[in-house]
Amino acid sequence: MSGTKDILRFTTAGSVDDGKSTLIGRLLLDSKNITLDQLEHVQRISERKGMEGIDLSLFTDGLKDERAQGITIDVAYRYFQTEKRKFIIADTPGHLQYTRNMVTGASTANAAVILVDARKGVVEQTKRHSFIASLLHIQHLIVCVNKMDLVDFDQTCFENIVASFRDFAAKLDIVDVQFIPVSALKGDQVVERSANMSWYQGSTLLHTLENLSVANDVNQIDLRFPVQHAIRVDSENMRDYRAYAGQLSSGIIRVGDEVLVMPSASKSVVKSIQAMNGPVTEAFAPQSISIELSDDLDISRGDMIVKPMNQAEPLTQFSAILCWMSNKPFVAAKKYLIRHTTREAKLRIKSIQYVYDLNALKRMEGIQELAMNDIARVDVHVSAPIFVDSFRRNKSTGSFIVIDEQTNETVAAGMIF
Amino acid sequence: MKYRLNHLQELEAEAVYVIREVFAQFQHPCILFSGGKDSIVLTHLAAKAFAPGPMPFSLLHIDTGHNFQETLDFRDALAEQLQVRLVLGKVEDSIERQTVTEESGPNANRNRAQSITLLESMELHGFDAAMGGGRRDEEKARAKERFFSHRDAFGQWDPKNQGPELWNLYNGRKNEGEHFRIFPISNWTELDIWEYIQQEEIKLPSLYFSHSRLCVKRNGTILADSPYLIPHRLDEKAILQVRFRTIGDMTISGAMESSATSVSEIISELKAMNISERGGRADDFRSESSMEDRKKEGYF
Repeated sequence: MSGTKDILRFTTAGSVDDGKSTLIGRLLLDSKNITLDQLEHVQRISERKGMEGIDLSLFTDGLKDERAQGITIDVAYRYFQTEKRKFIIADTPGHLQYTRNMVTGASTANAAVILVDARKGVVEQTKRHSFIASLLHIQHLIVCVNKMDLVDFDQTCFENIVASFRDFAAKLDIVDVQFIPVSALKGDQVVERSANMSWYQGSTLLHTLENLSVANDVNQIDLRFPVQHAIRVDSENMRDYRAYAGQLSSGIIRVGDEVLVMPSASKSVVKSIQAMNGPVTEAFAPQSISIELSDDLDISRGDMIVKPMNQAEPLTQFSAILCWMSNKPFVAAKKYLIRHTTREAKLRIKSIQYVYDLNALKRMEGIQELAMNDIARVDVHVSAPIFVDSFRRNKSTGSFIVIDEQTNETVAAGMIF
Repeated sequence: MKYRLNHLQELEAEAVYVIREVFAQFQHPCILFSGGKDSIVLTHLAAKAFAPGPMPFSLLHIDTGHNFQETLDFRDALAEQLQVRLVLGKVEDSIERQTVTEESGPNANRNRAQSITLLESMELHGFDAAMGGGRRDEEKARAKERFFSHRDAFGQWDPKNQGPELWNLYNGRKNEGEHFRIFPISNWTELDIWEYIQQEEIKLPSLYFSHSRLCVKRNGTILADSPYLIPHRLDEKAILQVRFRTIGDMTISGAMESSATSVSEIISELKAMNISERGGRADDFRSESSMEDRKKEGYF
């Protein structure tokens, strides 16, 4: 029954009037993920507002009130499922803090759905969304050309938008881009095939989401096992048991494997693996497990278990892409904390190479300041080595956060390429 | 599919990772245990996270004094079985200390008082983190909740000013006197919870399954008849076949009429609550009045 259903996490990005809430509402309604009482509630409000049909955006919109009250609009998570998949939507409204929100939503996503208004075509906002998706190395981009009903479901209009998107996206690092003409308001091509666009031979949005192949999103090649903590038992029936608990970042681990512990470089052999339902002979990412080793080593939180012939790179000086997320600007002289996998160290930002101009998608050199929503390439120095792979190859060992020790605030997200 | 996790396995791996982070990042964390299914699942996950060792968290139960006896028995048996410390925070004690004033009026309950008692208990026992079974799909406000949710020295949540949460890097740093609420099963839906209960054969209080009970119908909700319920002029009493969807304080835990006596029947019932099982023709909803029209025609 639930045996083969997997999870697809995707982010939706859009500006205020592109119909994103309507699209999500349509997706939930037509895929039958709305309960009767929710439906009746939305019908009542729509009626009160004097609307002709039902206002689909009401299914997800707590945000309108918030906007009116001037509350920071934030990432909200939505859930729905079909027989094939469970979906987690990180819904990131476009607004002032848009970059911070989208980076946050994109950090856990396998796919990004980007909305384009058929009447307006590819605009600056579209480029910014796509750039961030590519920076966060989201493998699948689905460009929904929405409001097709307002351009008479015109094929040429759609194809022009596809061409201009492809033209600009050629410069980005995106593995898989798909284009779907939709009308979220009328329901065309979201869940049901459209009778108005017989010229379009591709899948509906839901069918596309259900069939995206995410098998390659997890790196099953490089064993990276960051230790969260040790589990120790010493009781009558269990003498001197010591195991290391963690979630596999990547790769496969087997009983009998020779492993190496970073940073001590001591070696041992995997004696047993405890998975969620008892002992197993192998485990793979992203399983949470605990392992016993044959030797009595000094291993603690923040250490990383790898294979001797395939180690992560220990770095103390490196360059990274940083997205600044705090309303307190970066202070050059300040020591921050870096959190990378389960490891912490002090961090200094030595210099800013360049800051991205997100409108022109150009690099601006010579800037020495970082404020909220800035994305920059910086050179940093950390007090103890972190064990890194390129973000492109391994998201979890290529990413980190920066914390302000005085305020305890997470001030930046970082990626090492 | 060999090296792929299904949705329940992925949710489980994520929750266990979060629970272990709590253990690693805090001095004295606890599990907020209400006796409801979500906190039972959370406790089950926490026990798994440390197997074959003992679960290292106390269970903190905020007791409004208005309990189903069965919940209390279940709670005590579970604490005994896991050999963990059970810590009780009683609203009655807060009332006695005069930090809580009992609400009055026909709909008086101790729901709001609970939060005061919770903060007092955390302070008294020195807990710096409390894990709860909250899920983001429960309501709109919770859709924005973080896994690690900061509370200031007065226990307040500031939804306008939440820190960003990226990848699976959780930041549990705080000042003295502040604490965190942590929600390891944030990404689970009600259906996921029930499917997991089925898969793991997790025991639940029998209140979750259909049974016959004297109930009070009030403003469209069905409540269990109990001495704690202040009678209302418009109350209707009836013996109904019901099950509870959530279990907490007796005066606010709503029941629903149901004949589901097993987990698999509850799962079928849950799926049927969505419009899907009603024929699922999206076109039916294009017009706002279609449902109303049908209701006029005698549709349920």
